[in-house]
Amino acid sequence: MARAVSTKQKVIWTALAWTFGLLMFFPILWTFLTSFKTEGQAIADPPVWFFFDWTLENYSAVQERSNYPKALMNSIVIAVGSTLLGIVIAVPAAWAMAFVPGKYTKDVLLWMLSTKMLPAVGVLYPLVLLAKWLGVIDSRILLVVVLMLINLPIIVWMLYTYFREIPGEILEASRMDGASLKSEIIYVLTPMALPGIASTILLNIILAWNEAFWTILLTTVNAAPLTAFIASFSAPEGLFYAKLSAASMMAIAPILIMGWFSQKQLVRGLTFGAVK
Amino acid sequence: MATQHSRSAARIMIAPAVFLLLVWMLIPLCMTLYFSFADYRPLRATFEAWIGFDNYVRFLSSSSFLSAVGTTLQMVGGILFITIIGGVFMALLLDKQMFGQGIVRILVIAPFFVMPTVSALVWKNMFFNVDNGLFSYLYKWMGLQPYDFLSQAPVFSIVIIVAWQWLPFATLILLTAVQSLDSEQLEAAEMDGAPAVSRFRFIILPHLSRAITVVILIQTIFLLSIFAEIFVTTNGAFGTRTLTYLVYQRVLESQNVGLGSAGGIIAVILANIVAIFLMRIVGKNLDN
Amino acid sequence: MSINKMLLTSTVGLGLFAGIAAADGHAKTITIATVNNGDMIRMQGYTDQFTEESGIAVEWVTLEENVLRQRVTTDITTNGGSFDILTIGMYETPIWAANEWLLPLDDLSDDYDAADILPAMANGLSYEGTLYAAPFYGESSMVMYRTDLMEEAGLEMPDAPTWDFIAEAAAAMTDRDAEINGICLRGKAGWGEGGAFITAMANSFGARPFDENWTPQLDSEEWANTLNFYKDMMDASGPAGYATNGFNENLSLFQQGKCGMWIDATVAASFVTNPDESTVADSVGFTLAPDNGLGKRSNWLWAWALAIPAGTQQEAEAKQFIEWATSKAYIELVAENEGWANVPPGARTSLYENPEYQEVAFAQKTLDSILSADPTDPTVDPVPYVGVQFAAIPEWAGFWTEVSQEFSAAYAGQQTVEEALEKAQAITEEAMEAAGY
Repeated sequence: MARAVSTKQKVIWTALAWTFGLLMFFPILWTFLTSFKTEGQAIADPPVWFFFDWTLENYSAVQERSNYPKALMNSIVIAVGSTLLGIVIAVPAAWAMAFVPGKYTKDVLLWMLSTKMLPAVGVLYPLVLLAKWLGVIDSRILLVVVLMLINLPIIVWMLYTYFREIPGEILEASRMDGASLKSEIIYVLTPMALPGIASTILLNIILAWNEAFWTILLTTVNAAPLTAFIASFSAPEGLFYAKLSAASMMAIAPILIMGWFSQKQLVRGLTFGAVK
Repeated sequence: MATQHSRSAARIMIAPAVFLLLVWMLIPLCMTLYFSFADYRPLRATFEAWIGFDNYVRFLSSSSFLSAVGTTLQMVGGILFITIIGGVFMALLLDKQMFGQGIVRILVIAPFFVMPTVSALVWKNMFFNVDNGLFSYLYKWMGLQPYDFLSQAPVFSIVIIVAWQWLPFATLILLTAVQSLDSEQLEAAEMDGAPAVSRFRFIILPHLSRAITVVILIQTIFLLSIFAEIFVTTNGAFGTRTLTYLVYQRVLESQNVGLGSAGGIIAVILANIVAIFLMRIVGKNLDN
Repeated sequence: MSINKMLLTSTVGLGLFAGIAAADGHAKTITIATVNNGDMIRMQGYTDQFTEESGIAVEWVTLEENVLRQRVTTDITTNGGSFDILTIGMYETPIWAANEWLLPLDDLSDDYDAADILPAMANGLSYEGTLYAAPFYGESSMVMYRTDLMEEAGLEMPDAPTWDFIAEAAAAMTDRDAEINGICLRGKAGWGEGGAFITAMANSFGARPFDENWTPQLDSEEWANTLNFYKDMMDASGPAGYATNGFNENLSLFQQGKCGMWIDATVAASFVTNPDESTVADSVGFTLAPDNGLGKRSNWLWAWALAIPAGTQQEAEAKQFIEWATSKAYIELVAENEGWANVPPGARTSLYENPEYQEVAFAQKTLDSILSADPTDPTVDPVPYVGVQFAAIPEWAGFWTEVSQEFSAAYAGQQTVEEALEKAQAITEEAMEAAGY
């Protein structure tokens, strides 16, 4: 981006990018606006845009009907827990694959990715029966483990591609200096891979946060996250757009805010090895 | 280069992940395999452990099977098409110098943070709904007859919903690739008077090919199993029943776990064929 | 990066805190799975009173109908034991009871007065003469119509209309420019949505899904007549997207004044006459669902009921809750706070004998509708199953959903009625063959 760009060009690009950006964002914006309308205004013809009596009644109605803080906590614990657990397991594996590649490394990597192809509903009964047999239905630990396993291939893949970007000479040098494997990973490798690890964490928190099949079918009360919370608002009797919008905003706001703060990280780090 | 010592250490370090995934894959898979040869219908309290290949024959010979495969391909293909074309465009656009670049980027990637259930609900009720949806107002405002998207263009509607969610993902990966583009090479081409189209065709596109492959691979893995978007919008009606949804219907709606398990195994096999095909391409890419 | 780190550590911290906070709780807690319908949500609001009276805490798992079915069915078939009370319908109750998955409700207290439950409801929720689920509310279907629009059209609604009259009235009331559709009906795929409506409608046309020997009959002329009549009428006088409209969609259309008539669940009567929600509250009339002079009307019978899964550890507490929620006292509690129009209808005889309730506009028609539906004799020609808009066999929900998907595709104009029925016949044959009939 060394070139100087004329202001005129910049204005054109700005206009174009903002148009498409707002177009992409519009459904979320519309949901946001609707969540502050009354049910009548939500379906008004012609639609009302910004100038209406903003009301919080939908939020309080949703709040009254359900235990939002609990669902939020469960979502956070499950998403963050499964991601961190996945990282702990995946870092050594990815390290080994990247720096000590064997004959079958690539095959193992591809095989891991292929485990993601199991259609969830196909293994519903086996998994429910297993969970029941272990007595862990409706526990956070079950969801942490299940979501960790679902996303582990992606985590390993992402970390592997980041680690491969790190020049081997640096590791050689640290080995010459007599660093042990452990300190090599902690003091040399990790700092260099940190941006990669961070974006891996971010992406997997998002994926785990949004998982809506197992999180509903394996929970009842104690571990039910925001996906289950949404399932209770999806089509009640009567007019419901405004309340649905409020519930939706409550479900996506936390992750949206996290995304807001971390977008630079995501923009830089989400490569899956696509960049050489 | 690697010593014997580090090789065995490496094996130990890979072990937990491999072991866990093996367990994760094998136990449910073996149980599914076992059920797929059984007459297991919980609502009838029927469990007969071995009925041979009956379930497979039934699943494969049912008229819904081929149409479900077709729908799956149509849907995945449509979404990939939109997200790749749109993603390349958005990535190039977001790379330009502009005012408020950071905010625009957030606006563009925001849909990726929305739960599939939520986005399906929002699109279905607040946009596609023929009586109260925003598109209907738009049509009326333009003096047209409101269009019932979900029954008249059902696959397209679902493709739109899912593409909206995955376009940010494609954009992000392609944007990182665009940023690594050699700008001097581009400038030189521009100096030489190469038109924008051929600059794109001969410099930008080849540079992005690797990223595009990665997008296709990762997205396909996720898209083969889309469920919530179909469940919420059409419930599988109007020819939107994918293979995953067909398996769902057999297992949960019909409560024929044996038949559904056979369908699940078939889906795994088909998905893996697609995957092996894709991975060959990516695997080659990984080598260089 | 530092922001990310901060964010992560704080979220993890919060998560741990939440883990600790969730550890406390009441000594006795029952978990109830329920559907997110208005009456159930109202009931949740009154649970505090129950907890106060009994000392039993209640945890609610409220889910949308389809999701609830998935969750609850998976739980009961795997004996998961996640719930102490399930909200189920007339379809599930006899099937689950036959598998001994539900506890019989034959020892409810005298106070409860089980004999007061409407016989039609009690029959539908029993298996071999024993009650297995207590009705929270019951419903049939009836015609809800706009009295003002009828008057404008110069028509008068009979007490027991025919389909021909309905079609004529629908055409007369339709005013596309004013966005008024003469008639709104369910067309949405799903055995409990459009599938339920068309089956009940087919009953009045002399059609039946099976003959006495379980041979599928969807290729019969009666079915073709039913579907053609429905489609012709809806194309002429129905809303644009009727192929995707279910109960909720039609309810909001009617409440917005966009429907002349609506044939649907009797419980909707209290929503469309509620001035807080409905713009047409003061001009709604009610009448019996139409027929074709063949001796069967097109109304269905359904109840949302509370049942106890056999795997529960808290049988006594669960029973106590069911007795509370489906009691006469609960009805009075709601009447006192929200008016008689909003009490859960269709479950108890005494409610319809109550002079105060008889003053509610739709009370009598609801009762008449319920009484005119007979699950043991639903069709003109005999059938081997029990149920009005469904057959109480385990396979029904699966294949009838697929059948109704073919119907919806025909409504949307993607295939002809003949093609839809041909496919429906094939789907049904395949399913019945797989089920071993």
